[in-house]
Amino acid sequence: MNFSEVFKQTNQLCKVSPDGKYLATCVQYRLVVRDVSTLQILQLYTCLDQVSHMEWSSDSLFILCAMYNRGLVQVWSLEQPDWHCKIDEGSIGLVSSRWSPDGRHILNTTEFHLRVTVWSLCTKAVSYIKYPKACQKGIDFSRDGRYMALAERRDCKDYVCVFVCDDWHLLRHFETETQDLAGLEWSPNGCVLAVWDSCLEYKVLLYSLDGRLLSTYSAYEWSLGVKSVSWSPSSQFLAIGSYDEKVRILNHITWKKITQFEHPAIIDNTKATVYKEAEKRPGVGSDEMPLHNITMGATLFNTQSKYEICPLPVQIPVVKPDPDRASPKIGISVLAFSSDSRYLATKNDNMATAVWVWDMQKMSLEAVLEQTSAVRCFQWDPLRPRLALCAGNTKLYLWSPGGCVSVQVPTEGGFQVQSLNWHCSGDSLILLGKEQLCLCYMDTDQEDK
Amino acid sequence: MPESSTVKDVLSSSVECRTSPLRRFSLSALHRNSLGVFCSEDNVQECLSHISQEVSSFGLRPAWTEPGSGSELNIVAALNCMYDLIQLHRRGLRTLENMEVEQLKSNSNVDFLQLSTTRLKEQLEISKRENTGLLERERQLQLKVKSLQNCLKNEKEEVQKLQNVIASRASQYNHEMKRKEREFNKLKERLNQLLVDKKEKKQAIDVLNNIGRADGKRSLWKTEKMEAKHEGEMYKTLLSDYDTRQRELQLENAELRKVLQQMKKDMVSILSSRKPAAKGDKHEHGGTQAASEEEDDEAFDSSKESVELYCVHAREKLTNSIRLQWRRLKSHVERLDSQVSSAQTGESKSTDAVPRETHEEEMDRLKLEIQQCKDFIQAQQQLLQQQLSSPCDEETASLLSDCYMLQEKERLGDEWKTLEEQRKIFERERRNFTEAAIRLSHERKAFEEDRATWLKHQFLNLSPFSDSKKPSLSKSKSAFLISAETDSSAAVAPEKFIKHRSESPRCVPLTSPSTADLYRTLCLIPEDSSTKPKRKTEHVEESSVFCGNAPVRHKRWDGIQDRTLSQEKNSSI
Repeated sequence: MNFSEVFKQTNQLCKVSPDGKYLATCVQYRLVVRDVSTLQILQLYTCLDQVSHMEWSSDSLFILCAMYNRGLVQVWSLEQPDWHCKIDEGSIGLVSSRWSPDGRHILNTTEFHLRVTVWSLCTKAVSYIKYPKACQKGIDFSRDGRYMALAERRDCKDYVCVFVCDDWHLLRHFETETQDLAGLEWSPNGCVLAVWDSCLEYKVLLYSLDGRLLSTYSAYEWSLGVKSVSWSPSSQFLAIGSYDEKVRILNHITWKKITQFEHPAIIDNTKATVYKEAEKRPGVGSDEMPLHNITMGATLFNTQSKYEICPLPVQIPVVKPDPDRASPKIGISVLAFSSDSRYLATKNDNMATAVWVWDMQKMSLEAVLEQTSAVRCFQWDPLRPRLALCAGNTKLYLWSPGGCVSVQVPTEGGFQVQSLNWHCSGDSLILLGKEQLCLCYMDTDQEDK
Repeated sequence: MPESSTVKDVLSSSVECRTSPLRRFSLSALHRNSLGVFCSEDNVQECLSHISQEVSSFGLRPAWTEPGSGSELNIVAALNCMYDLIQLHRRGLRTLENMEVEQLKSNSNVDFLQLSTTRLKEQLEISKRENTGLLERERQLQLKVKSLQNCLKNEKEEVQKLQNVIASRASQYNHEMKRKEREFNKLKERLNQLLVDKKEKKQAIDVLNNIGRADGKRSLWKTEKMEAKHEGEMYKTLLSDYDTRQRELQLENAELRKVLQQMKKDMVSILSSRKPAAKGDKHEHGGTQAASEEEDDEAFDSSKESVELYCVHAREKLTNSIRLQWRRLKSHVERLDSQVSSAQTGESKSTDAVPRETHEEEMDRLKLEIQQCKDFIQAQQQLLQQQLSSPCDEETASLLSDCYMLQEKERLGDEWKTLEEQRKIFERERRNFTEAAIRLSHERKAFEEDRATWLKHQFLNLSPFSDSKKPSLSKSKSAFLISAETDSSAAVAPEKFIKHRSESPRCVPLTSPSTADLYRTLCLIPEDSSTKPKRKTEHVEESSVFCGNAPVRHKRWDGIQDRTLSQEKNSSI
């Protein structure tokens, strides 16, 4: 495992192009495009203000830089560095901006979600979509890029609009049976749209592409409901994480629950392995390394850690959330399927230091990783069943069915890994700190415990 | 005397009463005589004395003072005595009466007490029963109380939960409300700002140049046809998805059906193998129907094997038949289990005792077998140990070491012997051959020399200066030589033979190639003989050929020749 040197970035804006060749980072006003393998700067663009959001187009030719406080979007071309495009939303303001799947249209959501403006870079034409809903996930594109689903709120009722991304033709417009639609997501095969209600009501609706209601699922009433939803890449399963600390899996044939995964505080009676991160403290006052340590700077504070396998029963530390606060820190907030749909990684918010990995074939718990600090982010390798996670410290953790490893990010000055992203080839990881980023190149051989 | 008769009666009765404490002296007379009276005319005095004694023992005044006063009874005294006795008797009777009365009373008391005890016991029983009933009721009521308490607790918990839910919902609503209010306020501010702002910043896009579409095609107008096309595409996507799903399900179905069929076959085979053993079961189930159904199923299977069970009825039939088989198998297994358990507990019926006994026999047999095997292994082990550790003599060891291969070894030895003999014979023959060849060569040489001399002689004869002596000499010489040679050869032959023999070990390598030579020479010799009369030169060439053809062998020949010649020379000398 090799680590590159550390580069600057702001706002956690660092993305690899969809074709995997370039790495774009935002540093203050500037947009820096590097080559992924050599990390040499290929292009440098200057934006008009601090960039709030940056996105690659699907064909890796253009980069969108949105500056929300200025209401501006600037588009840069990789092929023609002197090509420029600036979209000014004017007084209407800008809340979010994104590419369309064809890479030629930009959808801007105005302030207060008044409307969504569709700007065409080919024709300079503008289209408007009225009454978009301001919710957790109001717009979703199907994976093949043909359809866009948009949540609409009109006359105190929720609707879903399905657009054909080709010409923004409104294909379907139907009302949903939700109280307050919180999000929608296309299945990876693009035929089913999952729509879920806000946390006040547990309701997940499944609509077919042509707008027919296929099924409704509601696990319970009254208590806080759905917190997160995720489709498996094979479109076979829909995982619903809720505030009752359980994940329910629906199958795509009957849309009924086939199993539920619980996250108890005391793990017992399971065949899963529980990996606990244990810190290896370097010997204090050893004569061998004082000078070395001083020159290395903060390495004294970078304690090595390793994983130990704990025998059952294991108790996971639980932090009880404040009952008076809204959206309590309890429940399954993150769900991630591995690319082969074999594993599901979950995180329960009141057990923030633990990541649970479930085996979808056996429908049982496969492993639990207990970290020393709260897990910030985890992501599956796009090709292999390998999970990378970070916990806001200087280490990178990797789990695979073969074992678990904890790697110290060898940087000076303590690089706290806040989030990470896999490269689309699965060969490297982009680690983002607060103001820094670092690339980690994986070895092709397997890691050991 | 009537008085005496009554007295007699009384006396007799009293005598009857007191037969045991009879005084010793002369009371035999006072016994009842043959007439059955106490007193008769002869024993009056004795009777009197006796009576007086008795009376005095009763504590009464005796009737008379002395017996000597005469036989006259003091009537007054007697009457007093009688009266006293009567009183005594009366008193006795009265006490008897009283006592009887007392007894009756006590009897009645006892009865009364018994009655009362039985009554009390019954009452006790009743009250005990009532008590247990009450206790039971109390227990039930306590249980009810507990369950009610539980219910209450549950309800309280639920209420608490609901309250929590309400609280969380309320906080969520409040949060949402606040958020919306904040947004509303922002909106209001913005609206105000916009109203105040004179300059309205319009939306605009500023692009250097239009870029082409991603797919390079031209964008199309939005028309109805396009809409229809979009609809069509959408339905196509959906249909293809349904298609793939249906195909997958079909495959899965086929797999499962296969598995079910396999299971059914297995179950049928298991059950049919148990049929002869469990004929009783068949009767239990109303066997003929079951058997026929099984057969039906099997027939059904074989006919439908190739055809897939698509229709619902066929599918149902399959699942039903599998369920039936499974039930049968389950019941059979349960029966076996119960049999085993009953055999274990020892409640053996006649039918169950048999398997137990057979089981025991089997166990014994197996144990015996185990023992035998163990003994066998033990013996083997011992033998092996002996083999390895026992120090036996060299002879026996050597004998024993190869004892298994003895026969083979003997056979091998015999064969070797025969081979050896054959080899020796062969060698002998070879030697004979070589000697013959040598002889032949010598003879040939001599013959050649003879010929040469003869030719020389001829030549010389032809010429005017001819020497007759020499050729003759040479002839004779040669002849002599030849003869000498032959003689010598003959003479030396045994020597040669001996020498060859002695030299045979050394000459062995020499003899073998020489046999090849031998054949060559033999071949050559007829050639020579054929060409002899023709040319001298040919002969010379031939001889040179003979000499030059195989130089090595020639050397050997020479060697042999030299040796033989030397031998000859030696011998001759």
